[in-house]
Amino acid sequence: MSVESMYQEIILDHYKAKHGSGLRDPYEAEVTHVNPSCGDEILLRVHLDGDTVADVSYDAVGCSISQASTSVMHDLVVGRTVEEGMATAAAFTEMMHSRGNHEPDEDVLEDGIAFLGVAQFPARVKCALLGWSAWKDAVAHALTNKEES
Amino acid sequence: MPDTDLSAAGWLGASEAPPAAFALPGLVRDDFPVLQRHVNGHPLAYLDSANTSQKPRAVVEAMSNHLLFHNANVARAMHQLGAEASEAFEGGRAKVAAFIGARTEEVVFTKNASEALNLAAHTLGQHLALGPGDEVVVSVMEHHSNIVPWQLLCQRTGATLRWFDITDDGRLDLDSAREQGLVNERTKVVSLTWVSNVLGTVNPVTELAEMAHAVGAVFVVDGSQAVPQMPVDVTTLGADLLAFTAHKMLGPTGLGVLWGRYELLEQLPPFLGGGEMIEVVRMEGSTFARPPARFEAGTPPIAEVVALGAAVDYLTMLGMDRVAEHEHLITTYALEQLQRVEGLRILGPTEAVDRGGAISFTLTSSDGFDIHPHDVMQILDSRGVAVRGGHHCARPLHHRLGIQASSRASAYLYTAPDEVDALVEALDHTRDFFGGHSGGGR
Repeated sequence: MSVESMYQEIILDHYKAKHGSGLRDPYEAEVTHVNPSCGDEILLRVHLDGDTVADVSYDAVGCSISQASTSVMHDLVVGRTVEEGMATAAAFTEMMHSRGNHEPDEDVLEDGIAFLGVAQFPARVKCALLGWSAWKDAVAHALTNKEES
Repeated sequence: MPDTDLSAAGWLGASEAPPAAFALPGLVRDDFPVLQRHVNGHPLAYLDSANTSQKPRAVVEAMSNHLLFHNANVARAMHQLGAEASEAFEGGRAKVAAFIGARTEEVVFTKNASEALNLAAHTLGQHLALGPGDEVVVSVMEHHSNIVPWQLLCQRTGATLRWFDITDDGRLDLDSAREQGLVNERTKVVSLTWVSNVLGTVNPVTELAEMAHAVGAVFVVDGSQAVPQMPVDVTTLGADLLAFTAHKMLGPTGLGVLWGRYELLEQLPPFLGGGEMIEVVRMEGSTFARPPARFEAGTPPIAEVVALGAAVDYLTMLGMDRVAEHEHLITTYALEQLQRVEGLRILGPTEAVDRGGAISFTLTSSDGFDIHPHDVMQILDSRGVAVRGGHHCARPLHHRLGIQASSRASAYLYTAPDEVDALVEALDHTRDFFGGHSGGGR
């Protein structure tokens, strides 16, 4: 269990150049999620176009794992349907809870498979899931808002 | 017990004899078995003592000996073991009292320093009949445990919470506080930390006490980072209440202390209700025991108090002057060495003047990227160096400094200079590790 297995090149690249970072209009839901134990924070917006995730924009601060994971998530959900995005979120979450004993599907998770090493460090799993949990929450709000309007 | 032979092992393989000034770790390290461990293939460099200190054998043995041979409940079991347990428990209280220059009946045991401060906030709020128009003053450098209880008190009573700001070099901004009349005739409580758990700043407690008392306010001190590191005499400190915790001073977790001037404790109402804190209980109402029992509802942490007594014995045997001197030396050394690390910025005072041993810092990679403290911590841990990364339960302070989090190295009486060297080396490695990735090219 080496620390190098956690900090994959892909993760550090995403960390240093976060995809989709910044807050944009329009959006149907906006949520804030925090990791109280370390102070990582994310403000995330979701824009749905019908069933399609048209945009995910965010303003986030935190460690390389939480930031890179959010960047990878952006790539994996934008342009897909909500259903596809939720399935990817479930696959990513399953991998993160595997303690590293898992063979992730690269066709589904793409750059996300780089986080398999992080799953070996239980203290960092919540870092990798911060952006994803914010996205799922925001989508749920957006769908509720749509029904109400 | 410490080996008094200066040439004894325990010096971490340094090729040259240590400078005599750094004698203390060599004397005590053998008493702390955990310090002999290797972590991730490297000798452990435990630099997280402001979080919790390691425990010497004497403390652990006192606790296990009590539990194995003298265990009974206190103050109510009338048999031989009950008498032994009560004597050991009250003996622990007497030792703690002597350690800080207090009367025995002024020492109240709580679950931790947080509970001690919550006790202070609850009982003072009621005693002072706090309400709208009254003010409570803290500072922006406080640990959450000396902010949130007062926020809750102000929410309950309608009183206003105000706070000291800090100067750019991380000291309490007394000048601007005076200019804006921060402490005034509306101030009912001033509660401040003695030593910052992030900046290391040692606050001028006696001067602050005068400021509080001049307007008739009660002065509460959070001594969590101070009592483990320096001689304390509550008779000259100026505080009315002083909170601290056992686990940062070689003792066990689960035990905090609230010292109070007896004349004040006597006037404070109970905090938690239950066994041991009462005088007479009737269904229509109860009367309450005198301090300290009034504030100690239920079966107390008996073995923990015995262990804290042993911790205090250990510290007293070394001498708190010597402990404080070592803290000063190792802090001076660490500040010097850390300032040689490129891209490292120390929060708080950069000279060991009125400064404790907690050193918080931020780190930038060789390509100019801020390395998050959790990532710093992770790389350091992979090289056996244990520090803390995060906001250290002081989010408002980090916000004030314009950052989200920091890394913190903190020393204690067993910390050797080569552990600081290991930290510096690991930090250089961390910079290179995160600097070697260009990013953005994807």
